[in-house]
Amino acid sequence: MTALAELTADCRARLKPSQVITEPAELRTYECDGLSSYRSTPGVVVLAESTDDIAYVVGRCAALGVPFVARGSGTGLSGGALPRTDGVLIVTSRLNRIVHLAPDDERAVVEPGVINANLTSAAAPHGYYYAPDPSSQQVCSIGGNVAENSGGAHCLKYGFTAHHVTGLEVVMPDGSTEQFGGMAPDPVGYDVVGAVVGSEGTLGVVTEVTVRLLRTPQSVQTVLAAFRTIEAAGDAVSAIIAAGVLPAAIELMDALAIEAAEAAVHPNYPAGAGAVLIVELDGPSCEVVAQLADVERLCLSAQAFDIRIADGEAERGLIWKGRKSAFAAVGRISPDYIVQDGVIPRTALAEVLQAIDDVAAEAGLRVANVFHAGDGNLHPLVLFDESQGETERAEAVSNRIIELCLEHGGSITGEHGVGHDKVVHMGKMFSPVDLDVMQLVRCAFDPAGISNPGKVFPTPRLCGERPGRRSGAHPLQQAGVADVF
Amino acid sequence: MSSDLFRPTSIERLGEMLATASGDGRTVGIRGAGSKETWGAAGVEPDVVLSTRGLDRIVEHAAGDLVITVEAGVALAEVQRTVGSAGQWLALDPPEPGATVGGVIATAATGPRRLRFGTPRDLLIGITVVLADGTVARSGGKVVKNVAGYDLGKLFTGSFGTLGVIAECTFRLHPRPPALRVVTTSTDDPSAALQAVTKTGAEPTAAEWDGSTLTTVFESIESAAEQQADWVVGAIGGDAGSALPPGFGARPWEGMAVGLKLTHRIGAMCEALAVLARALPDAVVRAHVGSGVVLAGVDPGALAALESLRSSIAGLGGQVVVACAPDDVKRDVDVWGPVRGLAVMRRLKEQFDPDGLMCPGRFVVTP
Ligand SMILES: Cc1cc2nc3c(=O)[nH]c(=O)nc-3n(C[C@H](O)[C@H](O)[C@H](O)COP(=O)(O)OP(=O)(O)OC[C@H]3O[C@@H](n4cnc5c(N)ncnc54)[C@H](O)[C@@H]3O)c2cc1C
Repeated sequence: MTALAELTADCRARLKPSQVITEPAELRTYECDGLSSYRSTPGVVVLAESTDDIAYVVGRCAALGVPFVARGSGTGLSGGALPRTDGVLIVTSRLNRIVHLAPDDERAVVEPGVINANLTSAAAPHGYYYAPDPSSQQVCSIGGNVAENSGGAHCLKYGFTAHHVTGLEVVMPDGSTEQFGGMAPDPVGYDVVGAVVGSEGTLGVVTEVTVRLLRTPQSVQTVLAAFRTIEAAGDAVSAIIAAGVLPAAIELMDALAIEAAEAAVHPNYPAGAGAVLIVELDGPSCEVVAQLADVERLCLSAQAFDIRIADGEAERGLIWKGRKSAFAAVGRISPDYIVQDGVIPRTALAEVLQAIDDVAAEAGLRVANVFHAGDGNLHPLVLFDESQGETERAEAVSNRIIELCLEHGGSITGEHGVGHDKVVHMGKMFSPVDLDVMQLVRCAFDPAGISNPGKVFPTPRLCGERPGRRSGAHPLQQAGVADVF
Repeated sequence: MSSDLFRPTSIERLGEMLATASGDGRTVGIRGAGSKETWGAAGVEPDVVLSTRGLDRIVEHAAGDLVITVEAGVALAEVQRTVGSAGQWLALDPPEPGATVGGVIATAATGPRRLRFGTPRDLLIGITVVLADGTVARSGGKVVKNVAGYDLGKLFTGSFGTLGVIAECTFRLHPRPPALRVVTTSTDDPSAALQAVTKTGAEPTAAEWDGSTLTTVFESIESAAEQQADWVVGAIGGDAGSALPPGFGARPWEGMAVGLKLTHRIGAMCEALAVLARALPDAVVRAHVGSGVVLAGVDPGALAALESLRSSIAGLGGQVVVACAPDDVKRDVDVWGPVRGLAVMRRLKEQFDPDGLMCPGRFVVTP
């Protein structure tokens, strides 16, 4: 019997029949995450219903040397939850209880399968909300958010998932269960919570999350400003930041993205716009009123030709709907597309957008731009038609965009993660030594390398070997200058 | 102190020095400005002391991007001067005079504005570290949003030098608000008072209580700071002004032998203060209201009550740490108390510093 077969038999003996999936047709559901260009049939899928279930499965994986991959809602866009044919996929969707809602403590304790938006819905009646708001918030899980350190439009002011997680329960890759942090701030010891958030499932399976809840702001104002050109919109962004205004969100969409959004959800953005900015301000009403006037003025001086301020929740919702559905909407104007996720220093915005235009034009492809302009997080959507043999060219454009980000001092990913997709880019952003040192963390958690192996790092390190360690006498010692200290 | 002193002036040199020292099996202590020498466990005297003061360059202030990169030996105050000229600030305000950036990060030191801006981990976006064996490595970057690779910055923040040396840091900056309004209100229930404040819709950047007076701080544009101060006076009374009271944000243990730091569930502040008052009636208390942190200055004798205080505070979800004390006092007590996840922390320590050379004895995981 193979190790996987043995593991499957163990799971069947221990769990309910409905929790263990081996039927090929059913396995297909789990072949890929939101990045459907990579597919692989999982060896077996386990639908966990408790931390104990996960501890059991992971413990068996450790004993049998079987790799495991955790999966939340499968909306990830970097192939992070791409399963392994020789391994088990542990799905957390059934772990969807809000364990404890404690508005007085400004915390909630949730299971990993809780849907992001459901947490805010539960907290709202108490006057609180959960700040990180990925566009996928109606479906993505908090566990997935933790693994990816997900962001969202409002992260400009409020930070990412990492800033909002204060405690974790983790089933370690050896099957033991550990707790880190909790409801109180500043837990004693190393910031293990900070290390696990954003580790993309490579340090074990998160089975419980303690998050911060924020008080719902007194006032929220959403501005939609339309510009003839994307450069003008970019100038407005710089002007707003330079004026010392810190909006909750500044989102930018270019003409192509607007066209797609109009086709899909009819947000009724101003006609003839080369770009729209969505600026949201929140906080005490007195502050928001003053900042709103600033933002209007700055947009006007950057040649905005139409400025709308959302009147009520319905209008606000419509403005955001256009933005939040932009990825899917692009499907209306192109048979295929690649969603890229890269970061540049905000001041390089105009230059990089121009360069992206040039790269796209050269390849004869269109790129739609939707992005978190406030923090320089680009989401260029490379449009192509597979049936016309454009796939390779599109991938080349998409890769070139990442290189542009790096050339401008940015990052290969702002929120979608490295996963499987960007492993190849890691070595362009970090030196081999950097990557080796990061993997010391991996060695502390998962020396056998069975937790989501092959993701994030291009080359797994053998635990026990020292990064960049010199053997023999150091050159300084040999030169006799070692005692200059 | 009889240890040898290193004072590298570049990260490269620092790496070389540590490689040599570790090759000789020598233990290393790290010193910035020395403003927190009494923090952490007493530790053992290291063979060599590494001063970060030679790492004193401001590498880059990208004002338009609200980002700064500095070497670890730069004083926090100098960072504030540099970015202040562009109307910005690094939103960290621990009060220790002269403190270096490296020291602030290594101890995760915070001040009153943590209420709004969080703790050092929240503002650090990139880090260069040097491990015991001289390996120089980087994580994070120069952009605020970045999820590529593991975040070593978080692990090194608050590690008290025991994983390696923090050599260079990149921070997210914030615009410096133009106006300041301060309301001082006398109250013996600061928790309820702050709740009443936030119910008005006001969003203070800090809320500090010194045992009798709650100071709520508003930093914003003039009209909004003014308006929020008015709301506060309306809600809980007190005096509004435009200057911080003397001693604002100072540690309660200044001039005392021992400092304690208590944490608690935010909603349990009232109980935490009551527990503290019962256990240590003579403590000088300052609280970061709304953050879940209470600081106290006490006499060494008070440490007799430490363990019972710990068990009461544990019931409120928090912990009690002896933040600072003279070495001879610290040697007789458990400075850090119980630690959640200790086994994993030990494994991290073994990976980063397998020979246990870095700041031995200073932190929870070192023997
Ligand atoms: C239309 C659309 C819009 C999006 N918008 C945004 C956005 O605005 N911002 C943003 O940041 N992302 C966005 N995403 C990406 C995605 O939604 C996020 O990465 C999300 O956090 C993934 O959650 P999930 O539950 O779907 O995780 P999955 O895709 O199931 O898994 C993601 C990763 O997390 C790991 N993982 C999942 N659960 C656990 C666990 N319990 N323990 C350990 N590891 C685990 C997996 O192994 C995998 O590596 C978007 C995706 C789509 C499809």
